Amino acid sequence: MNKKSIFFKDSAFKYLVGGASMVVVGFFAMIFVMLAIRSYPSIVNDPLMVFGSTWDVNSGIFGGLPAIMGTLASSAIAVAFAIPISLGMSVFFTEYAPRRVRAALSVVIDIMATIPSVIFGIWGLWIIAPLVKNYVQEPIIGSIGFIPLFSGPAYGLSLFLASLVLTFMIVPIISSLTISLLSSTPAELREAMISLGATRWEVVRHVALPFSKLGIFAAIILALGRALGETMAVTMVIGNSFMWPFSSVSLFSPASTITSKIASELYEAVDMLHVSSLIELGLILLVITLTVNFSARLIITRISRRGATQ
Amino acid sequence: MSFKNRKGISKILAVGIVALVLVAAGVFYYTQIMGAEQPATVTAGGASFPYPLISKWTSEYNKLHPLIQITYQSVGSGAGQNGLFAKTFDFAGSDSPLSDSQIAQNPGILHIPETGGGIVVAYNIPNIGSGMNLTADIIAKIFQGNITKWNDPAIAAINPALTLPDLGIVVIRRSDSSGTTDGFTTYLKNASSVWVLGSGKTVNWPTGIGASGNSGVASTLQQTPGGVGYLEFFYAKNNSIPYAKVLNRNGQFVEPTLSSISKALGAAAPLLTSDIRASVVNMPGDGVYPISVFTYILVYKDLSYMPEARAKAVANFLWWVIHDGQSFSESLLYPRLPSSVVTIAETNLRQLTYNGRPLL
Amino acid sequence: MRLISRRSKEKLIIAALVALTGAAVIPLLWIVASIVWNGVSVMSIEFLTSLPAPFGSTGGGIGNAIVGTLIINLFASGLGIPLGILTGIYLSEYAYDSKMGSAVRTVVESLSGVPSIVIGLFAFTLIVLTFRHYTGIAATLALGIMMIPLVAKATEESMRVVSNDLREAGMALGIPKYNITTRIVLSMAKGGVISGALLAFARISGETAPLLFTALFSFYWPTGINQPIATLQVLIYNYAISGFADWVAKAWGASLLLVLVVIAINVAVRTLGRKKYGGA
Repeated sequence: MNKKSIFFKDSAFKYLVGGASMVVVGFFAMIFVMLAIRSYPSIVNDPLMVFGSTWDVNSGIFGGLPAIMGTLASSAIAVAFAIPISLGMSVFFTEYAPRRVRAALSVVIDIMATIPSVIFGIWGLWIIAPLVKNYVQEPIIGSIGFIPLFSGPAYGLSLFLASLVLTFMIVPIISSLTISLLSSTPAELREAMISLGATRWEVVRHVALPFSKLGIFAAIILALGRALGETMAVTMVIGNSFMWPFSSVSLFSPASTITSKIASELYEAVDMLHVSSLIELGLILLVITLTVNFSARLIITRISRRGATQ
Repeated sequence: MSFKNRKGISKILAVGIVALVLVAAGVFYYTQIMGAEQPATVTAGGASFPYPLISKWTSEYNKLHPLIQITYQSVGSGAGQNGLFAKTFDFAGSDSPLSDSQIAQNPGILHIPETGGGIVVAYNIPNIGSGMNLTADIIAKIFQGNITKWNDPAIAAINPALTLPDLGIVVIRRSDSSGTTDGFTTYLKNASSVWVLGSGKTVNWPTGIGASGNSGVASTLQQTPGGVGYLEFFYAKNNSIPYAKVLNRNGQFVEPTLSSISKALGAAAPLLTSDIRASVVNMPGDGVYPISVFTYILVYKDLSYMPEARAKAVANFLWWVIHDGQSFSESLLYPRLPSSVVTIAETNLRQLTYNGRPLL
Repeated sequence: MRLISRRSKEKLIIAALVALTGAAVIPLLWIVASIVWNGVSVMSIEFLTSLPAPFGSTGGGIGNAIVGTLIINLFASGLGIPLGILTGIYLSEYAYDSKMGSAVRTVVESLSGVPSIVIGLFAFTLIVLTFRHYTGIAATLALGIMMIPLVAKATEESMRVVSNDLREAGMALGIPKYNITTRIVLSMAKGGVISGALLAFARISGETAPLLFTALFSFYWPTGINQPIATLQVLIYNYAISGFADWVAKAWGASLLLVLVVIAINVAVRTLGRKKYGGA
């Protein structure tokens, strides 16, 4: 009898943890199912409308292309800014920084990663936007404004500002992973180089960076995934206008992203087609971010396998 | 079997105590708030034009009736009307009355004028303060993109005292469906022969930046030198954005003030007696600010579709708004309703019913 | 031969690296400084305990938003922490090597990569659109789901590091597996699990996007989880973009409070973790 009850408890617990996992899997699947169901009205209405270039709530036209392109552009620019900053900081951290500086830097990276997005937003909106307008956009427009990409007028709130704020948000992601990769460079290689009279930079350049190349690439992709889905800070500083990229290609124009559109319109949308178009955009965002994240995971799995065979 | 160490236990204890305190605080707080009156939550939304005042009203009303919670979302008149039609809003704020076709599609909606206000032409020109003179024709040309520089001869001619800069004009207008836009364009259609864009909650602007809500226009304007936009008076005044004097039918350049707007609404009040939806812009009269409008609360006559407590709360709140609520208007720069308009509002509110019984 | 000597090249490179590090560090210090600078001036007992003032009027506070964030977080923890721990146990003890296990692990990892606004959309479509009513329950669901992968991962990782000898010894003594798992392995891994849960709590405390169209906002004290509920995060957003000076000042104050809480939890977890694992 006792045995029986133990067996019962044992299998009950097994089913409990297994069941909980299935619930989690169920939630994940339901995200797709629910978004697909609720996008349905917009998809039947016009399957291609979401890729149109006009978004006009009052006339019931919901073309999401400016938002999709804004999402891709702001994230790509942010990643481009973040790569040198993160790699520079990581190399400095692992190779040059004294121990105390290193401790301080790791606190900074940790705190940066935990500051909520909405806080980056309020800072970007009220502190950075006017400065960027007066000291970055206006001089640039004044000197090379004839290039369409940098043409005026200077609105503080812009695609450029959103990319800049995103940069600060993804630097800790790339840095923390890169630092752990660089610190795990095999010591023998490193010492061999140094005994040959190489400078620290040469060691980094020829040993540590090539050794961690793939991992750093994965970290960058992960950061890209994060940037694509970032909402609050972007919504607060991008200007939420549908000018970009059709009526102006300038990086200094206000623009929109999928996330900024959903965040600023969904709660006040009453028209069912409007709601459903926003949800369809969300579904597109989900597919994009999952693809990006999945490719990063694939690379990471490959690295850990390589590590195992070495 | 004792792998637990003492430290772990004390940690769990600490977490437990924190949780208990929180639960206790919650219970205390619930017992505090639960009283005798029947609680009701009312969700409303619409025009941003009267938002500062409605926000004040809901807050003051909650102080008097702690169990009645009314939330008003400032989403624009158009979204407010749609929300009312969909019955996601229990009542809507709208600066423009319903059109004939809207009434045909959604019968049984009452118009309750709850306050009014002025729409000001606000601008951001370095070194130029409030008081630039403008006429309906010049405003029309600016917003149609016919006048593109602040030092245009037409503007300079009626502003001899000002040194106008050679600065491009950036038109800032609403992107959402807005009663403020309706009032503004109705005025231009009415008062200017050169205005060709028609009137409505949205029009096809040939130029400019779109911003959402009165607050969106206000903040965009503040960040855009050379910008010009139309705003409810409070938003311009409170944000210290300069605004223009506008030529009225009596040939005076009138500055928007609480008194010049009140004069306009007083002159317009008789029109409402015959038609609650009458257009009241561009009223004649001495010292009248011409771009002044009434703003309405829209509510279904028959509130049987909502819980009874909520229906009662809506009716009582609206009654309070047109009476005691008016005492808060002037501190927020909105004129009090003229007494003849209060009478109209009373008559309309008495038509509210719940399952056939009048609510008031 | 060389234009610059290797030594001066090294110096140039160090200068560049320091500059790049500065580019990352300065914004953080700047954010913290501006939040403290702008936030401290509005801090007061009244600010922390009273209801918001209406738009256009000065005064009032953020009391209901503080209570609202706590309520939503507690309910979300009630959903996310148990599910996360159980899933972590499953991954570590029952399905570590199995196909099923790696499938679940992939799902959990993917879930952590889903943008928070998409999870909010899910709660919106499932609850708000179905019942045509903004409610704290939808917010709770969204934040709870966001906690799951964080807690599950922390649980799995801290249970995996428990030595297999203990499990085998338990088996040899004939102790049932659920007892080994809960009494021995989980108890050893407790520190890691608690840290994971606390970090997840801190994480959702700052999440705003999923709340915008679920919990919405309210100017009143919360009366029930099935109502629109004010939260600190949404208050910061709404107030910051309102363009109304008094509200913007209050948004800074609320930001200061939020950042203090989130950083405090993280620092606490870090120092606790340090002691336990000797800085590993």
